[in-house]
Amino acid sequence: MLQSRVADSLYWISRYLERAGHTIRLIDVRLDLELDRRADADGWDFTRLCAVVKCETAAGAPASPAALVETLVFDVSNRGSVLACITAARDNARQAREEISSDMWEQLNALYLRLKQVRGEGTWSIRPHYLSRLVIEGVHLFEGVTDATMGHGEGWQFLRAGRFIERAAATAALVDLQFRDTPRLPANHVEWVGLLRSCAAFEAYCRCYTADVRPDRVAEFLLLNAEFPRSVRFAAARVESALRAIAQLTGRGAGGRAERLAGRLHASLDYGQVDEILGEDPHAYLADIGRYCAQIHDAAHVSYISYPIESALPA
Amino acid sequence: MTPTLQSNAAPPPHGALFTDYILDAAYDEMFESPGLARPHCRALFDELRSASESELSQRQLEADKAFLTQGITFTVYGDDKGTERIFPFDLLPRIIAAQEWRTLERGLTQRLTAINLFLKDVYHDQRILAEGVVPRELVQSCKHYRREMRGVHVHRDIYVSVAGTDLIRLEDGRFVVLEDNLRVPSGVSYMLANREATKRVLPGLFDRYHVSPVAHYGQALLATLRALAPNNAAEPTFVVLTPGVGNSAYFEHAFLAREMGVALVEGRDLLVHDNVVYMRTTAGLRRVDVIYRRVDDDFLDPLAFRADSHLGVPGLLNAYRAGNVSLANAIGTGLADDKALYAYIPAIIRFYMSEEPILPNVETYLLANRADRQYVLEHLDALVVKAVGESGGYGMLIGPHSTAAERAEFKTKIEANPRNFIAQPTLSLSRSPCFIGGRIEPRHVDLRPYVLYGDHVTIVPGGLTRVALRKGSLVVNSSQGGGSKDTWVLAD
Repeated sequence: MLQSRVADSLYWISRYLERAGHTIRLIDVRLDLELDRRADADGWDFTRLCAVVKCETAAGAPASPAALVETLVFDVSNRGSVLACITAARDNARQAREEISSDMWEQLNALYLRLKQVRGEGTWSIRPHYLSRLVIEGVHLFEGVTDATMGHGEGWQFLRAGRFIERAAATAALVDLQFRDTPRLPANHVEWVGLLRSCAAFEAYCRCYTADVRPDRVAEFLLLNAEFPRSVRFAAARVESALRAIAQLTGRGAGGRAERLAGRLHASLDYGQVDEILGEDPHAYLADIGRYCAQIHDAAHVSYISYPIESALPA
Repeated sequence: MTPTLQSNAAPPPHGALFTDYILDAAYDEMFESPGLARPHCRALFDELRSASESELSQRQLEADKAFLTQGITFTVYGDDKGTERIFPFDLLPRIIAAQEWRTLERGLTQRLTAINLFLKDVYHDQRILAEGVVPRELVQSCKHYRREMRGVHVHRDIYVSVAGTDLIRLEDGRFVVLEDNLRVPSGVSYMLANREATKRVLPGLFDRYHVSPVAHYGQALLATLRALAPNNAAEPTFVVLTPGVGNSAYFEHAFLAREMGVALVEGRDLLVHDNVVYMRTTAGLRRVDVIYRRVDDDFLDPLAFRADSHLGVPGLLNAYRAGNVSLANAIGTGLADDKALYAYIPAIIRFYMSEEPILPNVETYLLANRADRQYVLEHLDALVVKAVGESGGYGMLIGPHSTAAERAEFKTKIEANPRNFIAQPTLSLSRSPCFIGGRIEPRHVDLRPYVLYGDHVTIVPGGLTRVALRKGSLVVNSSQGGGSKDTWVLAD
């Protein structure tokens, strides 16, 4: 038995943490790439980064690494900032405190406290990479502690659903932006390597295709690879299986709306062909993935969280 | 220098940490006389005499850090950065001898039994009012008296399932009851968290004593709630009802739900249909049988009590009156911890139990009585005056520490509404050694054991010892500079 409000909180804990990890990876890679790029250009350019994390400030894109980190990592008035996401994950964990293990809570709380402390010390600006390791490791630890200390029942499935919906949508959005903005980048260009690294996928890609980095292969790897945990296909499979498990555990019949949508998304990726995707209209295809994720979210919410009371009262 | 009476000349040294330890008239929890520890405190004293400041500071730091990571914190009001602080924890345990505890146990059992009989009587036959033992107008003018509960059958006549009785020790070492907290007493999570912390940071000392464990409180509470389950529920569903994450005791609510393995719900998670309470789960609605509510009467049901409450469940009172759900504590128990009614508890014990009270009350003047009022108004500078409806150490006049203007202000208030005030002599709470600023110094403490009333009375051997951390202060409330420490009840 799981309370609806608590299920919702569990789902959002992992969604927010996934988002925080995604954003900090992008920042980490971008700061690193900019150090190379600045050899033949003037000034920092964070426009694209801000666009992909949907951070539009009135002042335009930040003009220095320090300003970038302040805006995208620490500024809690920016709801997408890393600290705002971790704070939101922690607030949700507080709401679900009796459902998650104490080890999970303490791990998440320690990450939050550490991040606030690092900001107070102000030392991160010397080594921003240290900051990203802190967050990435913190999120990994939380995932590991979760798997090791919490029963793999319904609550755990909600955590899983949140993490993988966020991941599928975020990876698809990132690939979409890269293909829209840089259609004619030469192969092997650092931007493609950067895209892979932003998804923690560079090493895994090389083992699959060698270090010969080509845009169509990058797209194939990030969208359609069945084994790499950050690919859209992999994430869609987990969303489907989590929703199926939840339907079973709550005594719903198979084939509810959320489950059907997730199954359809998963199937389209299982049987997808990268040349068709890129040859037809990649933007439409990738935008569809985002829409599917939003619909799956809505359908699961109506089924388990915000269902109308009349439908649930005893006859 | 060692513990010493102020008048005493240089006694032998007993450890560098005790240089500022001066005994006064207050009962000292550790020392019988300067430098001489009470028998049950000798092992602790030995340990502290040989301890160094840096060692204790290190342990204090470890304990504080553990509280912070565990999130045992409160948010500082008026701080928009959302700074979270831990409740100050003092490292040194307060030790209670086995023999003393047995007396407390008997006294608390007697007191809560009588209080439950009293509440049953007042909400039904009113025998005690008819016989004039407790004045009728005192009951009817109490703001926590709930007319809605007249004639309502409360399952097994258990009104107060959980009490948190505040005890203090007088100068002669006797424990007396200062206050019965019979509505939603809090702090028990600190009793448990403090114990965890002490076991971690002082394992060696722990080893030298036989300390009665407290960790089974969650199971004892669940067993107590089980006694409330309506008869028709085969596998009853229990929940803890919290006002929500913004409440200062939210940590405790979540903690207790986890300790008992039951759901923590907010008002918005529950609904009432056909006088049955349901909770919204992912698998549909689930019937709720017993609610351990940590929400005050006023906010429980916006249809019955305060209409502006967003914390409650519309229709809950009717479901309760229909006997479809049990509440712990029952509605209307606040009557019995009214500060004016407190004065009658010894008479209540005699009336229902035909026994003398084991634990005495503090002498109390009711300002509604003409003679008491006259005496109190003439001696405001020596007495403590309390507003009956307030708690948390607010609405108090501490005579010896007050200014003439404050006394004049209270005089006006008292004359305007005498029923609203009581007065008590200024009491010197006992003092216990605390680790403060790198030294061991005495500070005033009280004791709040938690008394559970179900199939039988259960008192987990221990309680919350609250400490007035400010030197000389008698106010132990956490909202006013109070902290807490672990409380060891020794096994025989």
